[in-house]
Amino acid sequence: MSDAPPEAPSEGAASGAGGEKGAGGGDIPAPAGASARSVPEPEPPGWGDGEGDAILQIDGLRKTFGGITAVDDASFAVERGTITGLIGPNGAGKSTTFDLVTGFTRPDGGEVTFDGRPITGLAPHQIAQAGLVRTFQITREFPDMTVLENLMVGPKDQRGESLSRAILPGARQAVVAQERELVGRVWETLDTFEIDHLADEYARSLSGGQRKLLELARALLTEPELLLLDEPMAGVNPSLEEKLLDRIHELQAEGYSFLLVEHDMDLIMEHCDRVIVMHQGTVLAEGEPADIRNNEQVIEAYLGEDI
Amino acid sequence: MSDADAGGDDGSAGQRADGGGLAGPRATLAKRADCVRSRMGEMARWKADAIVILSTLALVYVLFLVLSWGQGLDANGTANTLARLTFLAAAYALLVLALNLHWGYAGLFNIGVAGFMSVAVFTLAIVSGGEGVGFGLPIWAGMIAGMLAAAALGAIAALPALRLRADYFAIVTLGIAEIVRYLMKSQWVASHNLFGQRVGLQGSAPVQVPSAQEYVYKLFTVDGSPRADPTYIGTQFFVIGEWFGLERPTVMAWGYALFVILFVVFAYLLLSRIAYSPFGRILKAIREDEGAAQALGKPTSRIKIYSFVLGCALMGLAGMLWQASRFTVGADAFMPILTFYVFVALIVGGSGSNAGSIVGGIAFVGLLLQGPRMLQAVISKHTDVPDTNTIYEGVTAFASGEVMPFVGYAIGNIELLQRMFVGVVLIVLMLRRPDGILGHRKEIAAATDLSRPTEGRGSGSAAASGGGGDE
Amino acid sequence: MDASDVRRTLSRLRVEQVLGAILGLLLVFLVVDLFRQLLTGTLELSALRRYVWQGIVVGLIYGLAGIGLSMTYSILRFANFSHGDLLTTGAFSGWATAYVIAGFGAYGLGDLLLVRPNNNPPPGEIGMSITQVPVAIVGGLVLAAVVTVLIALAADRLVYRRLRNESAIALLIASVGVAFVLRYLIAFVFTTSNRSVPASPPTERIDLGFFSTTVDLHEMTLVVSAVVLMIAVHLMLQYTKLGKSMRAMADNRDLAKITGIPTERVVLATWVIGAALAGVAGYLIVLNTGTITYTRGWTLLLPIFAGVILGGIGSIYGSILGGLIIGIVDQVAIVWVPNRLTTAAAFLLMILILIFRPQGLLGGVETA
Repeated sequence: MSDAPPEAPSEGAASGAGGEKGAGGGDIPAPAGASARSVPEPEPPGWGDGEGDAILQIDGLRKTFGGITAVDDASFAVERGTITGLIGPNGAGKSTTFDLVTGFTRPDGGEVTFDGRPITGLAPHQIAQAGLVRTFQITREFPDMTVLENLMVGPKDQRGESLSRAILPGARQAVVAQERELVGRVWETLDTFEIDHLADEYARSLSGGQRKLLELARALLTEPELLLLDEPMAGVNPSLEEKLLDRIHELQAEGYSFLLVEHDMDLIMEHCDRVIVMHQGTVLAEGEPADIRNNEQVIEAYLGEDI
Repeated sequence: MSDADAGGDDGSAGQRADGGGLAGPRATLAKRADCVRSRMGEMARWKADAIVILSTLALVYVLFLVLSWGQGLDANGTANTLARLTFLAAAYALLVLALNLHWGYAGLFNIGVAGFMSVAVFTLAIVSGGEGVGFGLPIWAGMIAGMLAAAALGAIAALPALRLRADYFAIVTLGIAEIVRYLMKSQWVASHNLFGQRVGLQGSAPVQVPSAQEYVYKLFTVDGSPRADPTYIGTQFFVIGEWFGLERPTVMAWGYALFVILFVVFAYLLLSRIAYSPFGRILKAIREDEGAAQALGKPTSRIKIYSFVLGCALMGLAGMLWQASRFTVGADAFMPILTFYVFVALIVGGSGSNAGSIVGGIAFVGLLLQGPRMLQAVISKHTDVPDTNTIYEGVTAFASGEVMPFVGYAIGNIELLQRMFVGVVLIVLMLRRPDGILGHRKEIAAATDLSRPTEGRGSGSAAASGGGGDE
Repeated sequence: MDASDVRRTLSRLRVEQVLGAILGLLLVFLVVDLFRQLLTGTLELSALRRYVWQGIVVGLIYGLAGIGLSMTYSILRFANFSHGDLLTTGAFSGWATAYVIAGFGAYGLGDLLLVRPNNNPPPGEIGMSITQVPVAIVGGLVLAAVVTVLIALAADRLVYRRLRNESAIALLIASVGVAFVLRYLIAFVFTTSNRSVPASPPTERIDLGFFSTTVDLHEMTLVVSAVVLMIAVHLMLQYTKLGKSMRAMADNRDLAKITGIPTERVVLATWVIGAALAGVAGYLIVLNTGTITYTRGWTLLLPIFAGVILGGIGSIYGSILGGLIIGIVDQVAIVWVPNRLTTAAAFLLMILILIFRPQGLLGGVETA
């Protein structure tokens, strides 16, 4: 889409459609009265009297591995239609939190509520079916399947995933019809992500950046309500990163919500509507990027790092 | 995973799509040609599969024709040999197809194959067996019951054990197969009455079990035996057979072989349908990375269970068709070694596709199973090999210059050598192709052609538009 | 199925605990029933004692053989399906030696070397028992170990070494190939017949007042040998540098490489110890049961696996304990379960352990 030559992302440059970056959160009104909460309180974080509603709510989540408490009474909420960042020093418990929320690990305590429904302890596939989908820090593409096949796995509610419908003569027709429809959608996605020329390549032969694109595209095809992105920009070159972020903002405008784990502070500060800071397994602070930037406790936690 | 991609590779994604300069139209055209070529139309794929399968069969037939000639067999004898070969190859093909579903598709390492075969035969005996053995229901009911029993056992095995790692799951399946064998052998089990009927295989004594073969034979003659009066169908085929010098039993044997082949074709079509469908796609994904599939919302456990149960039902079917080659069966009819034979056939067939499974079955039976025995017969016929009793005698004779005694011993024990050879083949296969033993699955798992849909009219490839896009 | 998915994931822990409790209750019930049977006379104490003792004897073999299997599993990281055939190797090579020593010159070499392929000479005539030809018996035991070690090392060099870093399944399949080659080679050389090997075991009466019994000396040989070897293994693991290396390697192979423990040497030791014990176990079990055949080891493989899994893969003491338990279950289960099904009961136990507690009794983490 964009013809801009690869260069470092700059504020407000190059992005064509939709999405604004910055603290305001684009088209979605910022929750009124939101301010950085610098005291880690056990009660669920409110947005003061904000209008936003929580698509994801975490209360008192706890996980211990052997002697180590990875997540210790973590509570936060992700507001619908926002891009929320989850940051924290190494070992803060971010990845574990992701695993707990998406069902890859069982919590020792606490609750997770998604879209008003409790999902604590459900199996990963059930949570994904509910609309909470994640990507992985180290991409998990299906290496011996083509890019097309990888993407075709994505969409939900495929009739042909039922054994009987896939085989029985009558039902099979409906399956084929749906497949054709999905093929159309998949090609649209390929075009959007500009990887259509890779359609027949086996996923294992893709470069790192291309895999990230594939992973994101595949996750999007599931039409999630909330997408958890685990370091989606790690190892991705700046121009591609910019394109990806543009895409994310476009999607946000369409109504998707994002929770983003990233180490790149500039990225977080520029693109996130809200930021949640974790430290030593618990939530240290949350609020708008500007407030987080100036939060003393956060600075202390990151001692020495540039925010 | 590369960190810090240079502007080159990912930037190229954007540049190529921009189609600067020369790249543009020519590139897209070439891409289109590639797409069409690589995603061969349905018809072309079938043709390719059929060609590979038939060529393998033809090669093996040629080999056996030569061996039969070497053995001095007449037309009838040759035809009989080929019938038996075909029957065994078909039975193995069916087993390999089922095992491929388990392992090649779902990644489940099942070494209890023999157990699922036995359970089906056991159930068949109970349902359709005669007096003192079973209830005497018609054979088709027995066969359906047999498949259901095998499927049920599969469900029992799979439900708790699916989350185990591959080798633990394998041990569980082996344990289950052995437990089944012990149960079948047990006098105690046999002595119990089911619904007032004495059922069971009565310990390890062989017992008459109704067979599909009998059923097929009854199409040829009135009571299924070669000497009885022929039926209408039988008369036609016997006449044709006489033209070629074939006697009745041979014709009937061929009839049964073709009957089994029908099932193989059915299984092949069924499994192809599964492979080329979203269900098959998820199976492939599960084998690649189950966690990632779950993260996309796919209910992987359920899908694995369905596949496993279906595969077990097919194994049960194969067992019942196979057992027909002997009218009596004891509990030891299906030993663990059979399971490993099927694995060898699967690995030999290699590509992990359904066509590959059939090829593997044919190749295994022809080259590794029946071949050596035929060879033995040929050699014994043409050379005067002494019947040496022990290897010691053979070796001492060898030391004093005589080769024949040792050769005689070897020929006399060729079955053992053949099994050693199977072991060697297994080892060599593992050394050569360790991971991805089944090779890369070239079949694209989708129910329709995946090329970019053209605007306006249907989809690109003509073949996909007809016949509902399935194979 | 979604509902049951939920149920399953939510209460998996609880299910395991519940089932563990049920199994525990079952065990209690069985023990109570045992007493009941003893008291009512359905079961005689002497019979029970015999079952338990037989169970221990068989269990010692399972344990001895299991040590090697457990080591292979934890240090070399694969299930060695040819392990059973190592027992057969030990049996045949050991008894060939014993026969040659005992009967050299008096009988045909072929008959001796191939362990009576034609059922000549009768074991009684040649005096194949521990009291009559102790040198032969012991010599056979030693050779059983030596030859089995050589075979195992050959297999490792030719096959397993080249697959060192492959998946567990690839190695498993390769080991099946090795098993086929070994087993049918043995059959080719020694023929497939099942024949009796040792002479009737000599017995001794022991009188200690109230406690008197007749002792089967071959059985005793088995027990003593097994126990001595197990103690030797224990001492080696705990007090030698090699033993410590082996324990470290089983826990974490990469770590072992980094810290400079020579892993190939540990691998060598694994094969040597494991194969030696397996060969001796095969030899001893023939000494005790009296017959030898080329499938003996293969039929024992699954019970040995059961013992190793029960005790916890990777734990040497676990494999001994597990082997003993399986042996006892195999024999004592006859109190409740018809004859043929006792082994099936042992297998069922193994399957349940794999499903509900894969790490076995002593956990699969440490070698010792």
